[in-house]
Amino acid sequence: MYTDDMKFVDTHEWIKTESDDVVAVGITHHAQELLGDLVYVELPAVGKVVDAGDTIGVVESVKAASDLYSPVSGEIVEINEEVVNDPTLANSDPHQAGWLFKLKLSKPEEIGKLLSADKYKALIG
Amino acid sequence: MNYTPFYQSHLASNGKIVDFGGWALPVNYGSQIKEHETVRQRAGMFDVSHMVITDVHGVDAKQFLRNLISNDVEKLEKFGIGKALYAALLNQEAGVIDDLIVYLMPFGYRIVSNAATESKDLSWIKQVAGNFKVELFARRDLAMLAVQGPEAIKRVSEAHPQVAEQLAALKPFMAVDNNNYFYARTGYTGEDGLEIMFPKEEANTLWLTLLDHGVEPCGLGARDTLRLEAGMNLYGHEMDESVTPASCGMDWVVDLNDESRDFIGKKAYQLIKKSPDYMVQVGLIMEGKGVLREGQIIKQNGVEVGVITSGTFSPSLKLSIAIAKVNQNINGNAEAVIRDKLEPVKIVKLPFVRNGKQVYTK
Repeated sequence: MYTDDMKFVDTHEWIKTESDDVVAVGITHHAQELLGDLVYVELPAVGKVVDAGDTIGVVESVKAASDLYSPVSGEIVEINEEVVNDPTLANSDPHQAGWLFKLKLSKPEEIGKLLSADKYKALIG
Repeated sequence: MNYTPFYQSHLASNGKIVDFGGWALPVNYGSQIKEHETVRQRAGMFDVSHMVITDVHGVDAKQFLRNLISNDVEKLEKFGIGKALYAALLNQEAGVIDDLIVYLMPFGYRIVSNAATESKDLSWIKQVAGNFKVELFARRDLAMLAVQGPEAIKRVSEAHPQVAEQLAALKPFMAVDNNNYFYARTGYTGEDGLEIMFPKEEANTLWLTLLDHGVEPCGLGARDTLRLEAGMNLYGHEMDESVTPASCGMDWVVDLNDESRDFIGKKAYQLIKKSPDYMVQVGLIMEGKGVLREGQIIKQNGVEVGVITSGTFSPSLKLSIAIAKVNQNINGNAEAVIRDKLEPVKIVKLPFVRNGKQVYTK
């Protein structure tokens, strides 16, 4: 589930490198389990420039609304329309089909500071 | 932590156990939205054994209850044994101590009340009972299972053919006893169904039998979205002791018809109803994105007019709904303050859903 091609942040998002400077981001299995059935996903606009740690969207379940953060700095290049139409995709397949957005890195060195799968697993216990 | 007689069944059915007011109960068995849909379309079962069953015996049982609760148990007589009555337990200021159901029984009455208010209800009831010749029996020997949905009664009848004929004849808000099982045609979902009270040793057996007959386990999450769609109150949210029946849509369970009946809270209630200041209960729908939640302020024309007492996403209507307490004569369009933004909402009459279909009009 938490594989070595993934990096993580302590706000329960995963990051996967797609190409040299483009990464895909989503919420972790742990996050979707805590949230329960998702009913809305609010994603940033394509083209938006973000800094690491910025609040850029919302994932909302019946239970709670949770802010979505950008784990790294860059520009949003794609958002997952399928998950916008069916938020439960982020419940059923959070690490693959339930990806949320892709961004082009402005500071590639930030990747090195993210948590490895082992560190994230230790974090969630 | 308290465990109900169904605990092992919850684990076996992959229930996600949470601490619900000190009780280990499942919030869901995988997806609360799927469980919600199961109840609206077929049949689901909920462990409600945490709730409190109190049997009232004694020569003064009727007078006691006529004094204790807002609704009049005298009305049960013409329907006969098994008839149920929804009522409020009021304090002297007409504040709601609890909401409950009372059944007319061969020995007197049975009261079913909330788990969260158990000790407070008991000390209040005992105090009032001191003035009457009654005996109270806490029925912790019974488990309680709610089976709800358009196919609920059919599936219970298939599982318990011995009571099928009686169930076929059972009217809404009536109960029937068969072989130590008490089947009441009541519920908290807005669907048809039963609430079954029976010997707790048989809990896991009943669970398995109903699973075999196609009834699916449903948890607390679905219970909340179902009752909200049905416009039903949840104690601690729509009402507490600071709220009178006038402000939580419970005027209809305060029975003033028999003027000679004095009940606790009667005077205070009548006084409140004479003033124009008390707040009233309405429904809200939000057609935009987002979920209405308890505690959010409602505004109209920039002025604060009320607050949300319960909110959720409605799986049946696919938008957000809420129950709110607002000033009188507030109608039409309003706004909910959600994370510092004003989001448009519409004020509607409760309930939102009945028999699986939208009933409110805007």
